[in-house]
Amino acid sequence: MALPILDPASGSAPVAPEWEIPVPPGPVRKKRDGRAAWIYLLPTGLLLIGLMAYPLYQLVQISLYDYGQPQASGAAPLVFIGFDNYVALFGDSQFWSVLVATVLFAAVCVVGSLLIGTAFAVLASRVRAVPRMLLFLAALGAWATPAMAGSYVWLFLFDRDFGLVNEILGTHGHSWTFGQTSTFALVAAEVIWCSFPFVMVTMYAGIKGIPGEVVEAAQLDGASWRTTATKVILPILKPLIVIATIQSIIWDFKLFTQIYVMTNGGGVAGRNLVLNVYAYQKAFAGEQYGLGSAIGVVITVLLMLITVVYLRAQRRSGWQP
Amino acid sequence: MMRIKGVLLAAALGALVVGCGPPQANNNQPQQSGTAGQPVGDMTGELKVWLFQEASNAPKEATIAETKKEFEAVHPGVTVTLEYLPVDGRANRFNGAFNDKNSSPDVAEFGNTDLAGYTASNGFADLTADLAAWPDSKDLIPSVLDTAKVQGKTYGIPWYTGTRALYYRTDVFQELGLQPPKTLAELGDTARRIHAAKPDLYGIAVGGKYLYGALPFVWANGGDVAKQDGGKWTSTINSQPAKDGLKQFADLIKDDNCPPSACAQFTGTQSVAAFAGGKAGMTIGGDFNRKAVDAGTVKGNYSVVPLPGIQAGKIAPAFAGGNLLGVFRASKKYTLSLEFIKLLGGKKYQQKMYTAMGNLPTFKDVQAQIAGSDKFLEPFVQTAQAGTKFVPTTPAWTKIDAQALIPTAIQQVATGGQSIDAATNAAASEMNKAFGS
Repeated sequence: MALPILDPASGSAPVAPEWEIPVPPGPVRKKRDGRAAWIYLLPTGLLLIGLMAYPLYQLVQISLYDYGQPQASGAAPLVFIGFDNYVALFGDSQFWSVLVATVLFAAVCVVGSLLIGTAFAVLASRVRAVPRMLLFLAALGAWATPAMAGSYVWLFLFDRDFGLVNEILGTHGHSWTFGQTSTFALVAAEVIWCSFPFVMVTMYAGIKGIPGEVVEAAQLDGASWRTTATKVILPILKPLIVIATIQSIIWDFKLFTQIYVMTNGGGVAGRNLVLNVYAYQKAFAGEQYGLGSAIGVVITVLLMLITVVYLRAQRRSGWQP
Repeated sequence: MMRIKGVLLAAALGALVVGCGPPQANNNQPQQSGTAGQPVGDMTGELKVWLFQEASNAPKEATIAETKKEFEAVHPGVTVTLEYLPVDGRANRFNGAFNDKNSSPDVAEFGNTDLAGYTASNGFADLTADLAAWPDSKDLIPSVLDTAKVQGKTYGIPWYTGTRALYYRTDVFQELGLQPPKTLAELGDTARRIHAAKPDLYGIAVGGKYLYGALPFVWANGGDVAKQDGGKWTSTINSQPAKDGLKQFADLIKDDNCPPSACAQFTGTQSVAAFAGGKAGMTIGGDFNRKAVDAGTVKGNYSVVPLPGIQAGKIAPAFAGGNLLGVFRASKKYTLSLEFIKLLGGKKYQQKMYTAMGNLPTFKDVQAQIAGSDKFLEPFVQTAQAGTKFVPTTPAWTKIDAQALIPTAIQQVATGGQSIDAATNAAASEMNKAFGS
């Protein structure tokens, strides 16, 4: 579990792919190490089984039944319906439009928070102490704001009748939360606002960890600023970028609070739904726990797929976790 | 080796998933019963009562405290414990009580639209015989008592009823020389004239999420949400009269009256809030909204008439909203609980609850008596007595309501995203899916 998050440039870290020392193939550890490893992993393993494996097992199981409130309280018999919940889900055109909306929305949020977070990290590494401190205070303030409070503050700012934004722009009476795109854009802006600080702090730590000699050496060899950035700094930061990207994908794909609060449960006629809110509406508001679980399983599988595909793509380009 | 292990693991997991079902509570006991003429269950001990937390709860609490005192005096050895639940989180609490019968309370107040869902979970006790034997029950208004029935069985005493009517601004109407509308078509014209003359005002504040404001339009046109045929429900929301009604309502959510960018998302509460805040010439509001409107800027400058029908002189059928008092199926004190709801839901305390909270009583005689002394209630009582309607009494309604199928159709038509035919056909097919399962 120990990922070298804050220690990317120590000693043998891959400074550039072509310098990498090949790892000797085949097992070199002795058997006894295996037992010790198992013992060390046991507490984590137990926690994972209790808090991850069992709920996942229940999720899959419930998704195979017609399971509503009467079934949960025992008033109606359990009926095993196999994959009927999945068939119903995949046959629902709304599911597909929500899925597409979720993917696009998450993509915008991920790219946005990565770009803005990295840009601010670069800025922070180049300014003096006082502006840097102010920058960090502002970013950490956004990070520390609870999602619920942040959503409401943004809603007030963009309120149709009393919002500061309409006041300044002179667009009194314009509703930012009515059109589908404008609503998604507003929520995405809020999400980026509260998730870029994570990227910024991570990247800042990474940039600060790059030894000055490496950059100096590159410059002595006549590398331009651009070459230094793309051939030296970026490869060193790559493990951090990968981790920040995966984290952001997982967070933004599973987004609930901001959409639920800012679009009042999914927007006009449900056109601002994302998968997680859609699952909530089906499972808990509609008391169709079986169908809701099926959506949960689909989200889990999708996230795993995205993560695996992304990691593989990274590995192909020379990075090893 | 790895492959065999993998196959074994997959097989074991598969067997586990299919073999033992997901967890279930066992709220499937028969209703508590006893010998005829004898009380059923314990007659002493703690009686746990759940009531809803209202916006201004103090007068309610004072009245209930009185009930508690009176009940405990008549039944020595009994302690009534009261808990006030927030309306929004009720589903979790009620479902929790159904799932864990050992910690279930004895008595609860609940909304009549939730009843069908609750009975599907074996939540409440069948009171049919005992209520029929209660002399006062013959004074209950039949259409209101119907909201306490599922498949012919009565599960609660209607505690109070709520009907909606048309609120309008007397000052605005006088200034523009308008009369309260006599038909629903005229209502639309009046609303547009107000908005044209005073662009700051919505002619009538209504919203895409205001289902109980929209349904009277459907019913007035002779349509309905669904029909029951031999125990099976089918949606009729895409029938011609229902479509006419929904269209008439959705047409109010247009730029010439109540712009969709604001009103498409309005709920009933928000519509009334807009009226109370002086932002609308009219709205559809309930007798229970009186305090909210009086707390706004329009106090003293409004009046109420019944929502008109299609023809002049007719009243659009209102939705028979209201709350019931019932006995939990899992309660171990059936008779004691019944005695308590007969006291709290009886004529004396309905009268007191009217004084405290303005709740409209469910007994014909009590209602008539109150309407005679309170001018404000007259249009609501007229509406109630002209005949009210209700939503389908099936657990499927919980799903239909929660998925906002009808509000979604209204919003689609109001925003021009879909034609009335496409929107109602989609809603009908989703509703039939819910009825079918």
